[in-house]
Amino acid sequence: MSSTKFDVQYVAELARISLTPEEINTFQSQLGHVLEHVEKLNQLDLANVEPTAHSFPIYNVFREDREQPSLPHDLALSNAPRQAHGLFIVTKVVE
Amino acid sequence: MEITSLTLHETRDLLKSKQISAREVVEALCQRIEKIDPKIHGYLSYDPEKAFADAAKVDVNLPLAGVPVAIKDVINVAGHPCGCASKILEGYVAPYDATVISRLKHAGAIPFGRTNMDEFAMGSSTENSAFGPSRNPWDTERIPGGSSGGSAAVVAADEAFAALGSDTGGSIRQPAALCGCVGLKPTYGRVSRFGLVAFASSLDQIGPLTKDVEDAALLMNVIAGADPADSTCLDEPAADHTAELGKGVKGMRLGLPKEYFIEGLDTQVEQRVREAVHHLEKLGAKVVDISLPHTQHALSTYYLIAPAEASANLARFDGVRYGFRASEINGLLEHYGKTREEGFGAEVKRRIILGTYALSSGYYDAFYLKAQKVRTLIRRDFSDAFAQVDAIVCPTSPTPAFKLGERTADPLSMYLADIFTLAANMAGICGVSIPCGFATSEGKQLPVGLQILGKPLAEGTILRVAHAYEQSTEWHRAKPKL
Repeated sequence: MSSTKFDVQYVAELARISLTPEEINTFQSQLGHVLEHVEKLNQLDLANVEPTAHSFPIYNVFREDREQPSLPHDLALSNAPRQAHGLFIVTKVVE
Repeated sequence: MEITSLTLHETRDLLKSKQISAREVVEALCQRIEKIDPKIHGYLSYDPEKAFADAAKVDVNLPLAGVPVAIKDVINVAGHPCGCASKILEGYVAPYDATVISRLKHAGAIPFGRTNMDEFAMGSSTENSAFGPSRNPWDTERIPGGSSGGSAAVVAADEAFAALGSDTGGSIRQPAALCGCVGLKPTYGRVSRFGLVAFASSLDQIGPLTKDVEDAALLMNVIAGADPADSTCLDEPAADHTAELGKGVKGMRLGLPKEYFIEGLDTQVEQRVREAVHHLEKLGAKVVDISLPHTQHALSTYYLIAPAEASANLARFDGVRYGFRASEINGLLEHYGKTREEGFGAEVKRRIILGTYALSSGYYDAFYLKAQKVRTLIRRDFSDAFAQVDAIVCPTSPTPAFKLGERTADPLSMYLADIFTLAANMAGICGVSIPCGFATSEGKQLPVGLQILGKPLAEGTILRVAHAYEQSTEWHRAKPKL
């Protein structure tokens, strides 16, 4: 669990967030400190411990397969930054 | 009589007996906000016209008829803005009601205003709001806590009768402690999260911030319960949270965890909490020393799990379906990168990056999976403790309210503000913070909170302890001078 390989710019790219050079420097150092703190978890013996994803896991929550009203089309589009003809406009993916 | 100084239940009683009208209540509230909020900045916005329209339709026979309840800017109220105090959601208007909101409306309450918060509920001071921090009514040079700092501040400043907040690692209890009000984080799954903008889905819960314990119980009666729209909501019968109020603490076993009385705990906070525990003893409770041995690892665990979940949840803010979209962009990657660069504040970016790292290939086992295993140990600590005691009593926050700007440069020091609250979220248990006196700093009285933790679905039990303490002390009646 070494934080030496932590490269803020690379991880930010994975998260699709552009950063300024100043932000890269600040975050690198701030998150470096946080990761150092987190390394204390290495002190624990976790060999026979199961992970907890959820406090009270509930499985297979089903409802009756019944038709229900859904969000009206115009309301679903009402907050879109760009829309036309009842559709969201997305940035071109393929040139 | 100043209407706005009343509690929720006092206001409801006057409305029911027709001594005041819902319109007068809204009028008094708006006047108070106009006068006080420029000093506090607890509200991001409020809409008097909508509130008057709601007040005109009130049916006084309903349980919370005509009482306005302030809403944290992270909960959707149809037709109102819901921006999570973030630039990326500026101008967003909620298309539907969260389940807690439809339940409030059904009970006759009026969802009122949008309270300030740390952006996307990430923070402990409201200083991460994109629209400027809120201020603590007891000392406006200090922070009100966070992330539900606006909700706590408006309740403490009599700019609200009660408020809803959300708590992922202490975001209801910590600001309630620092502002001197009551804040309850329900058991995970007790209250529907449908319509709550997600931060860390396995930890988030909506809960009340109120002027007294009875109000917290009354609001829980309205908002708690199974919901087909939230599959993580527990299928438990609705409980009457007021049922155990007034039963006292005689014969109850209360646990005092030694790991919560450590270096870094402010001496005045420690004194107030120990006095409160002694007071509960005098009321007939038996106080026993207990141990929650993995407490020291809670912070590290939380700051892997919560950011990991946040990094996935906040991927939805892509500038396509809603919210802010950067202009002058060249291609899809730049569209995402710039939209999120310009739309998110620093703390949100930090947490998304931290969470993305904890989940990334090669680091998942070392960080995220490891944290999930420690989460198991933290849960086990609590279940072992609750085999011996009915409730746990401890400080809510290690310090009273700190000054604006004091911790913003060092995220880790800010994270330490939640050191006593976040374990409850990881274990899924319930907890409440109530006022238990004051610390004095530079001539100012700063509220101190007593935290009472209970086992899953034991909201009634912790409210019973809280009520017994509150009703035999005067702290909850103290008001800041504004």
